[in-house]
Amino acid sequence: MTPLENELTALKAELASMWILVQSQLNKAKEAMVQYDKDLAREVLIKEKRVNSFELKIDRDCENIFALHCPVAIDLRFLLAALKINTNLERIGDIAAGIALYVVESSVNFDVAALEKTSLIRMYDEAINILMDTRTAFEKEDTVLARSIFKRDDVLDAINDNSPNIIAEIIKADINSLPEALYILSIIRKLERVGDQAKNIAEEIIFYIEAKILKHHESGNMQTPKEGE
Amino acid sequence: MENTIVKAENYNSYFGDNHVVKDVNISINKNEVIAVMGPSGCGKTTFLRGINRMHELIPGATSKGKILLDGENVYDMNAIYVRYKIGMVFQRPNPFPNLSIYENVVAGYMLNGLKVSKADKDVIVERSLTSAALWKEVKDSLHKKGTFLSGGQQQRLCIARAIAMQPELILFDEPTSALDPISTSSVEALFHELKANYTLIIVTHNMQQAARVSDRTAFFYMGELVEFDDTKQMFTNPHDQRTQNYITGRFS
Repeated sequence: MTPLENELTALKAELASMWILVQSQLNKAKEAMVQYDKDLAREVLIKEKRVNSFELKIDRDCENIFALHCPVAIDLRFLLAALKINTNLERIGDIAAGIALYVVESSVNFDVAALEKTSLIRMYDEAINILMDTRTAFEKEDTVLARSIFKRDDVLDAINDNSPNIIAEIIKADINSLPEALYILSIIRKLERVGDQAKNIAEEIIFYIEAKILKHHESGNMQTPKEGE
Repeated sequence: MENTIVKAENYNSYFGDNHVVKDVNISINKNEVIAVMGPSGCGKTTFLRGINRMHELIPGATSKGKILLDGENVYDMNAIYVRYKIGMVFQRPNPFPNLSIYENVVAGYMLNGLKVSKADKDVIVERSLTSAALWKEVKDSLHKKGTFLSGGQQQRLCIARAIAMQPELILFDEPTSALDPISTSSVEALFHELKANYTLIIVTHNMQQAARVSDRTAFFYMGELVEFDDTKQMFTNPHDQRTQNYITGRFS
C-alpha cells in the first residue's frame, strides 16, 4: 500500500471507532431514559468529551492528509466525505448528550404509556438502526444500503410530524404531565435530527463511492448542475 | 471544429519495430493549456515530438497517421516551417551558451537566415521577453550571456526564444522538472499569461502541476491515449480506472 492508502485506511478505522462510540452514546441515553437511570445519563455526558476529541483528531488527520498527500479523485472524495461524516457524527453525539441531560434534569420518570403512545421507543430504535446501517454501508462501501436510509428516515419524520397532536392529548388528559410531555416532544425532535444527520452521512457515502451528489435533491437520485448551468 | 488548432488522426509513432504511440486521436482548441501525463515510457514525449516533426530526427523513428495544424497535415508541410509554427521548450533550459540574452531571443531568425532590421529585432526582443515575464529582470543586461541567468530565468529565456518566432502552438517537454519550486512557480504563472495568445501543450510528470495549469488533461498509458478530459473532471472523478490508479498512485 502507498503511504496515502495507509493514511486513508487508518482514517477510515478511526471514523468507524467514532461511529461505534456515538452509537453507544445513543444507546446508553435511551437506556437512561427508559430506566430513568441518572448515573448512566451522567456517564453519557462525561463520554461526550471523547466524542469531541474524536472529532478534533479526525479533523486534524484530514488536514494533514490534504497538506502532505494532495489526494485526488476517489481519495479526495473520501477525505471530503470523511470531514462531513465526522461533523454529522459529532452532532449525533451532541444529541445523545442532550437526551441524557433531560434525564438528569427531569424530576420524574418518563411514563411508559406516554412513550408508547408517541412511538418514541420505536422511533429511537429505528434511529439507532439507521445509524448502525450507515456505518455498515460506510465500511462495506455499500451504496444500496446507503440509499435505503433515505426511505427509513421517512419513518422518523412521520412520527415527528404526528407528535404535537399526541403530546397535546397527553397534556389535556393530565396537566401535571406537562413537563414530562415537553421532554418527550423535545426528544422526538432530537431523534428526527438524528435521521437527518444519518441521511447526510448516507449522501456522503454515495458521493465518495459513486461521485454522485445527492444533497438538496428531494428525489435523492439527481446530480447537481454543472458549472455555468 | 473551427476553434481546433491541432488535431491528431490515427497517429502512430515507432522506433524501428517498437510501436510507441498507438492510434492517437485528439483535438486541441486554440488558447487551451493541455497537460499530457502518464508513466515513463508511455509515449507522451514521443507524441509531443511527433507534433512538430522532431520525432523523425531520431534514426529509425517513423510515424503514421495525421497531425493537422489548422487543418493541414504537418507531414505534408516543410519540416522547418512546421517547427517555425510550433515552438518547443525542453526539460533543461538550453540557451545558446555563446550568445547573449538578446541574441538568444532572436536566434530563430538568425539561424533560419531571416533578415530582420535592428529596430525590428529590438521590438521582438522586448516583446518576447515581456511575454516571458523576463524583461524587467534582464533589460539592463541584454548583452550578457544567457547562461549567466538562474535556471528559472534561463527557462523563461527559452520560452521567450520560442515566442519570438510567433508560433501558433508551443510544446513544453517537462519544462520545470529541472527547476526549483520558486522558478517552477514563476514558469507556471507564465503559462496562464501565455494562454491569452498561444496554445500550450505541456508534458509533465508533476500531476499537481497538470492540475494547476491546464484546462484539459490527456493521460497516456502504454502508447495509448486512455483519457482526455477537463482537468477538473480528471482529478476529481476520472472515467477510466487506469487513470484513477495512476493519479492516486495505485499504479502497479
